Amino acid sequence: MKNLIAITFRETRSYFSTPSAYIVGAMFLVLTGVFFVFDITRPFAEASVRGISNWSGSFIIFLAPLITMKLLSEEQKLGTLELLLTSPVREWEVVVGKYLASLFMLLFIQSATLYYVLLLYLFGQPDTGPILSTYLGLVLHGAAALSIGILGSSLSGNQIVAAVVSIAILVIFSFIDAVASLVEGTAANFLNALSMDQRLTDFSRGIIDTSHIIYFLSLIIIFLFLTIRSLETRRWR
Amino acid sequence: MIKVDNVTKFYGEFPAITNLSFEVPKGEILGFLGPNGAGKSTTMKILTGFMPPSSGTVEIAGFDILEESLNARKHIGYLPETVPLYLEMNVSEYLSFMGQIRGMNSKKITQRISEVVEICSLQDYYKTIIGKLSKGYKQRVGISQAILHEPDVLVLDEPTIGIDPIQVVETRQLIKGLGEAHTLILSSHILPEVSMICDRVIIINEGQIAAVDNPKNLGTNLSGVERVEIEIKGPNQEIIPVLEKVDHVNAVERVPITGSGYHRYQISVDVGSEIRSQLASVVLENQWELLKLQSIGMSLEEIFLKITVHEE
Repeated sequence: MKNLIAITFRETRSYFSTPSAYIVGAMFLVLTGVFFVFDITRPFAEASVRGISNWSGSFIIFLAPLITMKLLSEEQKLGTLELLLTSPVREWEVVVGKYLASLFMLLFIQSATLYYVLLLYLFGQPDTGPILSTYLGLVLHGAAALSIGILGSSLSGNQIVAAVVSIAILVIFSFIDAVASLVEGTAANFLNALSMDQRLTDFSRGIIDTSHIIYFLSLIIIFLFLTIRSLETRRWR
Repeated sequence: MIKVDNVTKFYGEFPAITNLSFEVPKGEILGFLGPNGAGKSTTMKILTGFMPPSSGTVEIAGFDILEESLNARKHIGYLPETVPLYLEMNVSEYLSFMGQIRGMNSKKITQRISEVVEICSLQDYYKTIIGKLSKGYKQRVGISQAILHEPDVLVLDEPTIGIDPIQVVETRQLIKGLGEAHTLILSSHILPEVSMICDRVIIINEGQIAAVDNPKNLGTNLSGVERVEIEIKGPNQEIIPVLEKVDHVNAVERVPITGSGYHRYQISVDVGSEIRSQLASVVLENQWELLKLQSIGMSLEEIFLKITVHEE
């Protein structure tokens, strides 16, 4: 556990001491800001954060891999992975430690959008319930995307490859409901159940469905498990 | 302290090392010598538990590297071939992180950092971002992380590669000093380095042990010849037959040199025979001019080549 904390701490500090995360964060905020403004300047607009949640689901596809791509790729490239894995540290401590750091980074970036919420309260009467559920959805969705990102990062010493692999997996999980509309019956239900986007929409409507929460948590656990496995097999190759 | 028993490692079909067995007693500095691709780094990676062997066992301080991996790893300090550094951290942050993941408490970490920083002469760079250090200093940071937790076993893979000659000398001295407190395995393809630092040398070629001995014995026993280099001004055709007739001379070989009027020869002579004065008088008797006369022995490089080529 002490190892895990040390790794999380180091990784978090590394995020804040290198410019890439700031750039990615700024990009994210510009995009969410634009869509927030579009949404609340429509005629008959509601004081809600739906503008953010509708789009940040798509942004996450790029944001999460950009945050996680360096986590294990860079270690492989710099050779520091050799150092970590020859130290008395377990693989899961490395993976979970790094994952938590990326989660902190994501929360940090997402928390900056709370500024928009503040504006809503200053200039309107927003409905608090849906805002809270939207943020719960955004955090869960983001956390699941990060777990996919870290798997991608474990697969290659090249950060670009890592990011592209993760984006590809995320695209599948996000748009699989489009495929579902092409088939019928059980297959359609199954594919719909895999989709991330449908569930995010529910959260933004103020619906907190336990099955959605379990879905995202399962994704996180499965992908972290796969990452740990991927790191272990790296040894055996 | 280190026990390697019958270790074989395949990369796909290709055997990187085959049936490697050796032991390193406590306190010894063992040099691991071989040309590029001989299996040195592979052996190091197996010793430190980064990679499992395809077959065979490795024991570090009494712990099997696979079965009791965490315990074994606690006893190892490792400097891989590419020095593993987090470039955005400064030296003290990096070292304290390394201390933490090796389970040292913060008091111990602070105390040891100030010690290793002194051992590795990094005092002036304590707060420098690692990415900004020169190659030689990065290497030192690499060494200091390896010794930070006072491991029983130190594994250094090519510790002097890629740093400038002055720093190489300093680094070698540093390593030799480390040998007093640790059992040390060092790999290198530079022979003088190994002969200078190590108590014992294993020459590895194509994944197999080609020779094991101390550097001094390797120099004399295995070579079987000593050599003398001589430079003479005179007619080449006449010189060689005359030199060949001198007692204890086995062979005379002309070394091509640029510059006219004189010739350089390398003469193989029997071990222990001192024939330089004889050679000098022969030259003078023939009224040639003697420009240089020097015993050159057989360098470790040549022994090395001889052993490794012989093995094929």
